[in-house]
Order: sequence, then C-alpha cells, then structure tokens
Amino acid sequence: MTWVLLSIVIAATVASDLLQSYEMKRVGEPSVDAGLGYLLKTIARRRYLILSIACLAVSFFSFMALVQTAPLSFAVPASAGSFIVETAQAKLVLKERVGLRRATGALVVLGGIVLLAG
Amino acid sequence: MATGIGRPAPASGRSTEYRTYSLLAAFLVLRAFGNLSLAWGTKHFPEALAMNPLSYIRAMLSPLVAAGVAMLILAMLVRMAVLGVADLSFVLPLTAIGYVLAALLGRFILHEHVTPQRWLGTALIFIGVAVVGSTPQNTTPQQNSAGDKP
Repeated sequence: MTWVLLSIVIAATVASDLLQSYEMKRVGEPSVDAGLGYLLKTIARRRYLILSIACLAVSFFSFMALVQTAPLSFAVPASAGSFIVETAQAKLVLKERVGLRRATGALVVLGGIVLLAG
Repeated sequence: MATGIGRPAPASGRSTEYRTYSLLAAFLVLRAFGNLSLAWGTKHFPEALAMNPLSYIRAMLSPLVAAGVAMLILAMLVRMAVLGVADLSFVLPLTAIGYVLAALLGRFILHEHVTPQRWLGTALIFIGVAVVGSTPQNTTPQQNSAGDKP
C-alpha cells in the first residue's frame, strides 16, 4: 500500500505543478505584488489553476494516508521522486532554460534527497 | 501571506527577487510545520485513513490535523504566487531545503532516527540549492494575459 500511495502522490504532484507553473507565469509579477485577495480571484478565474488544485488535493490525501504508516523522514523525501520528472517537463513542456549549472544543482539536490530517503 | 495589501506600485527586478526569496522562506516554514502537525495528528488518529474516506473528514476535525491542513493550504498559495515570477525548475530545488527541515523536525520533535547518511544528504541539498540559487530565477518570456491586471 505504501508504494501505491507514493505513486499516486508523485503523479498528482507532477500534474499539479506543471499546470500551476504554466498558468501562474501568464499572471506574472502581480502574483507576488497584489496580495492574497488578487491571488484567490485569479485562481477562481482560471480553470487550469482549479484543475491543479484538484490534482494537489489527490496528492495531499494520498500523502496524508502515507504519513500515517510511513515515517515522516521517509515519506517527505520519497515523494520527491516527482522532482526529476518535473525538471525534465519544465524544459520540455514549459520551455524553461535548464542550463548546465541549474541541471547540475538539481541533480546534486536529488542525490541529497535520495540519501535522505535511504 | 507577506505580499502586501491593495495595489502596490510595480516592483523593480531587485524588489521582485527579494519578494521571491522572502516568499520562498515563508513557504518552507509553513510546509515544514504543516507536515509536522499533519504527521503528528494522523499518527495519533485511531482509524486507518486509506480504508475509509469518511475517516479523512473525522481526522480533519482533530486540532493538529486541522492546523496542519491550514498551514499547507497557505503554503500552497505562497508557492503559487512565487511560480508567477520564477521558473518551476528554479523553485523546485530551492524548496528542497524543506526536506532538510522535515528531517530536523522528525529527529528533534518526533524523535525519529536520522542516520549519518541522511546528514550527508542534507549537506548535498544545501550545496545543490546554492548552485541552483545562482542561476536566473526566470528564463521564460513574460506572457501576461489581458484583463487580469490587479
């Protein structure tokens, strides 16, 4: 059951983050300048953000069941398996420039997360 | 959320960078304590959550789980705001500092065992975060859609 829950957490997290990043980039600087009220209105107006929150809810409830049976210090880093998939998708789908330095840093972080989960 | 009230003047690049890092710090603290509260609350909850959907609702009435949920919702909104001005591939490694916080909270509050291997992982995360933090936070062109200005 632990691995099923972990797979659901990862798949839902990847979908949620891609949708959120795509849609919030279209909002731009007002997202950090205009306050919580503006952010909530933006979420209500944009269907991809609503869908991303639905994915996040699936991820959250699966995570909640996961932390009940697995130690927090395993569950949190293990669910970061989404990390490498998301970085690749950020380059391929969101067209972000993932250069050598950023890719190296991300791989070092991933190595750290794997060690934490071990 | 630490983003001010009303409609402030447009921020400069430097100011936006400062706000981005402040919001990332707020996100890390909220997520770490949210996860801690959630883990503590669910571990002391008498029912198996994966079996019965109604038990999720009952669990959320527990103060610790409710506090964890509230902090995680706020963390989600803060992170969403950051994604408006920074790349996903930039934000992801930086938020990995949260895993270090989770290990520390797990060790010192939940009394979970943290091995030397995990401390090495913590050091690697710090190094990787420093490397990613030295790259530009936004590499895609701004594409504001019409009618959404605050």
